[in-house]
Amino acid sequence: MTIPHRKFDALIIGAGGAGLNAALRLASADLRVAVVSKVFPTRSHTVAAQGGVNAALANVFPDDWHWHMFDTVKGSDYLGDQDAIEYMCREAIPTVYELEHAGVPFSRLDDGTIYQRAFGGQSQNFGGDQAARTCAAADRTGHAILHTLYQQNVRARTHFFDEFFAIDLIRDEEGAVLGALVLEIETGATLVIEAKATLIATGGYGQVFRTTTNAFINTGDGMAMALRAGVPLMDMEFYQFHPTGVAGKGMLITEGARGEGGYLINGDGERFMERYAPRALDLASRDVVARSMVTEIREGRGCGPNKDHVMLKLDHLGAEVVHHRLPGITDICRVFLGIDPAKAPIPVFPTAHYAMGGIPTDRFARVVAPARHGPEEVVPGLYAAGECACVSVHGANRLGGNSLLDILVFGRAAGTDILQYVAENPNHRPLREADLEPAVTRLARWERKGEGETVAAVKADLRKLMEDHCGVFRDDDTMAVGVEKLKALRERVEHARLKDQSPTFNTARIEALELDNLVDVGMATLMSAHARQESRGAHSRIDHPARDDERWMKHSLYSRDGDRMDFKPVRTKPLTVESFPPKARVY
Amino acid sequence: MQISVYRYHPDQDSKPRMQTFEVPEQPGMMLREALLAIKEQDETFTFRHSCGEGVCGSDGMNVNGKNRLACVTAVAELKRPIEVRPLPGRPVIRDLVVDLTQFYEQYRNVQPYLIRKEPLPEQEIRQSPADRDKLDGLYECIMCACCSTACPSFWWNPEKFHGPQALLSAWRFLADSRDQATDERLDALEGPYKLFRCHTIMNCVEVCPKGLNPTRAIGKIKDLMLEKSI
Repeated sequence: MTIPHRKFDALIIGAGGAGLNAALRLASADLRVAVVSKVFPTRSHTVAAQGGVNAALANVFPDDWHWHMFDTVKGSDYLGDQDAIEYMCREAIPTVYELEHAGVPFSRLDDGTIYQRAFGGQSQNFGGDQAARTCAAADRTGHAILHTLYQQNVRARTHFFDEFFAIDLIRDEEGAVLGALVLEIETGATLVIEAKATLIATGGYGQVFRTTTNAFINTGDGMAMALRAGVPLMDMEFYQFHPTGVAGKGMLITEGARGEGGYLINGDGERFMERYAPRALDLASRDVVARSMVTEIREGRGCGPNKDHVMLKLDHLGAEVVHHRLPGITDICRVFLGIDPAKAPIPVFPTAHYAMGGIPTDRFARVVAPARHGPEEVVPGLYAAGECACVSVHGANRLGGNSLLDILVFGRAAGTDILQYVAENPNHRPLREADLEPAVTRLARWERKGEGETVAAVKADLRKLMEDHCGVFRDDDTMAVGVEKLKALRERVEHARLKDQSPTFNTARIEALELDNLVDVGMATLMSAHARQESRGAHSRIDHPARDDERWMKHSLYSRDGDRMDFKPVRTKPLTVESFPPKARVY
Repeated sequence: MQISVYRYHPDQDSKPRMQTFEVPEQPGMMLREALLAIKEQDETFTFRHSCGEGVCGSDGMNVNGKNRLACVTAVAELKRPIEVRPLPGRPVIRDLVVDLTQFYEQYRNVQPYLIRKEPLPEQEIRQSPADRDKLDGLYECIMCACCSTACPSFWWNPEKFHGPQALLSAWRFLADSRDQATDERLDALEGPYKLFRCHTIMNCVEVCPKGLNPTRAIGKIKDLMLEKSI
């Protein structure tokens, strides 16, 4: 069977904010750009982002990109790369204006400027008073941004492959990336998309945990593709648990709810964050708030009959603020809890939310991997941006409002660099049939007939395993057992079978391919977490409760080949300003 | 509880059929979870879904005769036996999955993007809170297609009539104080079909899971046209 080929200048895998912002940059410059997405673009998970995007516009309080940079470095627990962080915080300002010009319906202040709200971990003047840096469209900022970017791509005539699933990257003998093998979900037909440059923008992998704010589609597809192509994943032990997921269900309640004045209470009705973060209170960094909540519950001060959650209180803010500034939250509470958050508190629990780690890139969104000449050699023709990438701007803990910023800034940076790369490399590199072999084999594996476990059964066990062995608090024993169990589970995947072998809109097959991806990124997470013997940011070890800069101020790299761990230094030198040296992190 | 779902597989079935599944009901269960439970029993059962909280717009379907989003529909509120069918009027690809090509095409037809003609300022384009409020009830559309596939005018003329979703989007930009293409937008909506096939049946308003009102948006477009023609 010969697989048809199509050729584009650039291939973008994923149509969330990062992919669409890159596509917009490229299509506007008249490049032939193909965007492959397993769902119609506006269904991408960027749509669910609520609170907003950070930029030091100073519309409410005085602000400065340099203060934003300080907060981000501190928030990262000093694991973020300061060159990339400086770049992101500077670029934030023109990026938000550009989005506004593109049509994003931001909420407004009385003077007609963009509404900005307070978010966690934000300060004025390098650790001073609370800042208001998060630009918001009510609590539907992600939706507003994603739809606007799709709309502008419609204008720019970007070529979309909607409901196409990427199987694997295609690499030649020299390691250059030539494009990807993709599957049209509706027909089951395969297609080779050849491109001079390929951008992975596939988002996160929250589905590896049982309770998550993430959508069904967030299965780490691009990260796993990178792993299978021989690229390691970086800092995968740093997985953010958002303090306020709806308890037991997982729907996200934006940090903006606390930014608007909401706060957490325990079973005694106490505002417990006063004890953990006397200054920032409920707007301390997410890792700090999540740990405080779990500590309250562990010490018996939880709410409800089982004392297994805490409450987020908004009822003192008044219906006008709650319903006008947080309409999406109001809806979620009404539909899933049957309450009005302006009248009753919301039961919340820290919920798997965001991957700080991912595919290692530089600040131009070029994928970098260890090779002959050092730990950060560019993989020719391969880019990554957004949650699937690790630049690293979030280090060990991401600040709220910095994820929309990350996807926009580095999606755009990828577009800019691809323009230059394609100008310098005007021809497609030759693709031999043999280069397709690994991708074709991966797809064929799920065509095996016979008896075997279902994909759903293995996936359910994987998600439970990750929750039990790689949660908010971790220790050596629990994770060592987890690694062994996960290796056994990886074997089970080999013996799982698909009953549905239809070519037509076969979602069972897509879920099987996603399971492969989840297992790979799950292993990366658990192995990296087990290796790191310190507590930093979102990675909290009961057996190593302190941060250890001497031994561990370094990035970890997990390679799939032999489940190998490797490390590389943090880039502490910014582009133009002084470095922020590591300090104790107090909020 | 029993759920009867529409089954159609083009490679195997000459015509569609309904199939009933028994699903254990859990407290607070949403229809999407019930459908996932069916898929665990029979992995060939096919439907679109993703976010599970009513923002991605993937799981529009017809439930007991009404178009709804499965993920925000509590099964406890539904009359038994529950009957789930694909969104009406669109070609069925498989089971609950319909072909939405025409629906998306109509969206793209209304120039659904902000158009500015003046040079852009260095900072944001100013917009008063009152002007921004005019976009509420418009920009929140999630393109789930519940409205357009509930509209008889769209059933009969999906190639010519834009349908409620696309017209709501058209008004979203006409209503935006920052947009500078009002005349072109209105001109493009002229003719007997694109806009004027709306007969204010208001099915769209009744089914919108986000509580939006396409009929009112269509009325506002007509008002503006009238105002401009005087």
